[in-house]
Amino acid sequence: MEARSLPTRTASSGGKRALLAIRRAAGRWGLVALLLAFPIYFGAHDLITGYPGYAHGHGTRVHDLTYLGTNVVQGISNGAIWALIAIGYTLVYGIIELINFAHGDVFMIGSMTGVSLWSAIGLGLATSTLGLVVGLPLALLVCMLVCGALNVLIERVGYRPLRGAPRLAPLITAVGFSFILQNVGLLWRGGSTVGVSDLIRENKSVVQISGVVVHRADVLSIGVTIPLVILLGWFVSRTRQGKAMRATAQDPEAARLMGINVDWTISLTFLIGGALAGAAGLVYALYETTIWYLQGFEAGLIAFTAAVMGGIGNLRGAVLGGLIIGCIQQTIDARVGPQWTPFFVFGLLIIVLVLRPQGLLGEETREAG
Amino acid sequence: MNELRAQLQEWRAAIERRLPSWWPRALAVALIAFGLILPQLFSVTSNFVNTEILSLTYVMFALGLNIVVGFAGLLDLGYVAFFALGSYAFGWLGSGWFYKAHVHILVHAPASTIPGIHLNFVLILICAGIFTALAGAVIGVPTLRLRGDYIAIVTLAFGEIIRVFALQGPSLKIFGMPLTGGELGISGTDAPYLPGVGMFSQLNIRPWYYTIFALVLITLFVNLRVRDSRLGRAWIALREDEVAAVSMGIPLVRTKLFAYSLGAAFGGIAGAFLAAYTTLIDAGEFQFGFSIFVLSMVILGGLGSIWGVVLGALLLANINYYLIPDVFNSLPGDLGLNFNLTDLQVSIFGFLLVIVMVLRPQGLVPERRRKLELTRGLGETELEEPGTSWAGVEPGEVVQ
Repeated sequence: MEARSLPTRTASSGGKRALLAIRRAAGRWGLVALLLAFPIYFGAHDLITGYPGYAHGHGTRVHDLTYLGTNVVQGISNGAIWALIAIGYTLVYGIIELINFAHGDVFMIGSMTGVSLWSAIGLGLATSTLGLVVGLPLALLVCMLVCGALNVLIERVGYRPLRGAPRLAPLITAVGFSFILQNVGLLWRGGSTVGVSDLIRENKSVVQISGVVVHRADVLSIGVTIPLVILLGWFVSRTRQGKAMRATAQDPEAARLMGINVDWTISLTFLIGGALAGAAGLVYALYETTIWYLQGFEAGLIAFTAAVMGGIGNLRGAVLGGLIIGCIQQTIDARVGPQWTPFFVFGLLIIVLVLRPQGLLGEETREAG
Repeated sequence: MNELRAQLQEWRAAIERRLPSWWPRALAVALIAFGLILPQLFSVTSNFVNTEILSLTYVMFALGLNIVVGFAGLLDLGYVAFFALGSYAFGWLGSGWFYKAHVHILVHAPASTIPGIHLNFVLILICAGIFTALAGAVIGVPTLRLRGDYIAIVTLAFGEIIRVFALQGPSLKIFGMPLTGGELGISGTDAPYLPGVGMFSQLNIRPWYYTIFALVLITLFVNLRVRDSRLGRAWIALREDEVAAVSMGIPLVRTKLFAYSLGAAFGGIAGAFLAAYTTLIDAGEFQFGFSIFVLSMVILGGLGSIWGVVLGALLLANINYYLIPDVFNSLPGDLGLNFNLTDLQVSIFGFLLVIVMVLRPQGLVPERRRKLELTRGLGETELEEPGTSWAGVEPGEVVQ
């Protein structure tokens, strides 16, 4: 009896094990395969069917990967902005497990502050390169300070009193602050998109690599994002305060017992998140040359998607997620139409969460351990 | 502060002791009577009654969302999806939108003479409820394995996807006819016709009021009955501790999907009613802000507390649609300031949310069970606040 039932049992558990292995593989590689499917499909499409090339006159079809390359370059530069915003989401979620709905609107305020600031210090289309080289970093710095301070203020007023409250309570105050900031933006710059002066001539080509044009805007956004991300990575992994942040994210009670000032650490996290959102705001204004009061809402959703895709609480994940979302967005914008982009971005988000809820690089939150 | 609170609680307990046992019922009857008489005090096209029709629709939305968020503890940020689907159900089944079809079921002239699909108003409400219930289950499936905030994100994503489809509907064809009206909207919906009442119109909005009033009463009845049913207790058990609930034999999938479906059905019916009342289904309305508006009502009132949610919905809808735009709009101007209150509507709303949440995170009328959790909590809170921590419940008393 025992001997007869044993083989079947092992066989069934073997089948189960195989099934489990398949599921695990789908969890690990399904998402990667899905993400790779986009460029492979479009690349193959370009090579086989071709795309209309205007450079050689109308009606000709070009069969190369330049178009895809352009999509990717623009996607990476746009994604760099999303990455900066996504870091703010992921830092805050990592440390107090709150979806900071006001974060996108802090970014929007950053854009508006930046534009007002550079007009105030007299930067315009006529400003010389030297003036821009001095003026824009100054504006960037002020934007970061303003948005960082704003984020700290929001945390102090809206989230800190609700530390012990039900989990949904701070979410609602976040929504409240999001509304308030949107109203501020609405009163500040009106209810429609406003064009701002194209200070850096964003459409000028910097370098051309086998037909793929890299514009000034691309250089700007990548050039601002990379140093900031490296600085942040160094701060979080090497400094004492960074260590305190990681400790608080893991276990606030234990961190408190170890003598870490938890409230101060959380404020610092909001300061950093806000400052990065402010930097993203200024870069966005120069990159898109338009601003409007609802840009923060849209950017917030995209950036949050990026943070979740990379693995929430995970800094590298947020950056990776931002870049991926940027590429997908630019590709869909150019090939299917921008009106369908939200469908693809959010559809992808759902698939990510179903296939791999912990994100590409794994989440780093308390519940994940 | 604590002394004051204790004093208030003592008074409240004293008042509650002296009231006869039938007072909640008497109160309910009085409130229903008040609701029935209310529109008679105003003209047949009164703006106030119009606001109350909207408010009651939002009460229905909020009660539906309360099933998902309050009872089952599944944070749904895409409730607008059901508003949209319910509205479109009305647009598809109660207008000449699908002009190639000729379906007329129990409709009165002029709807019975024009092409398109025309169903009786009540039938459409039922269809909208069934349709959105199915959609709710479909949206619920991917969230089953997820926890907390991820559910919020998936539902949010579904809400946005449905919005994209609503906006891009004109370019999507079924049988050669556009799916939705996009931002131009589906207009020219049939006016409901009920025997004994006649044709509903904007010239006399009282029938609309009584319709939504009846719908809200039905919703309330279902909510109250379901909350205390086996299913309702299963939701609450899942909300409190999923692992424990499942190990006690509660079917996770079915129970969660029922919550999504029932919540969605109420949202769909309310959405269909709203479409009928405004006679326009405009894709621009189906924004994330709607989901947040309804969620604020639920949280402001008190998660899971049926009466709290009703209060929260009535308060917020009236503030948003009546007090700010109509009553107090000219107040800053009267004070010599150079702006209208509607300019600040969004931020007033935002401030309200922040202030109420900071002062009263449990909501205006917290659910009794949840109140106990909040105040009883862990051992240390009992040590900190002896006496107040039991929230007026004697040890050993059965709390439902």
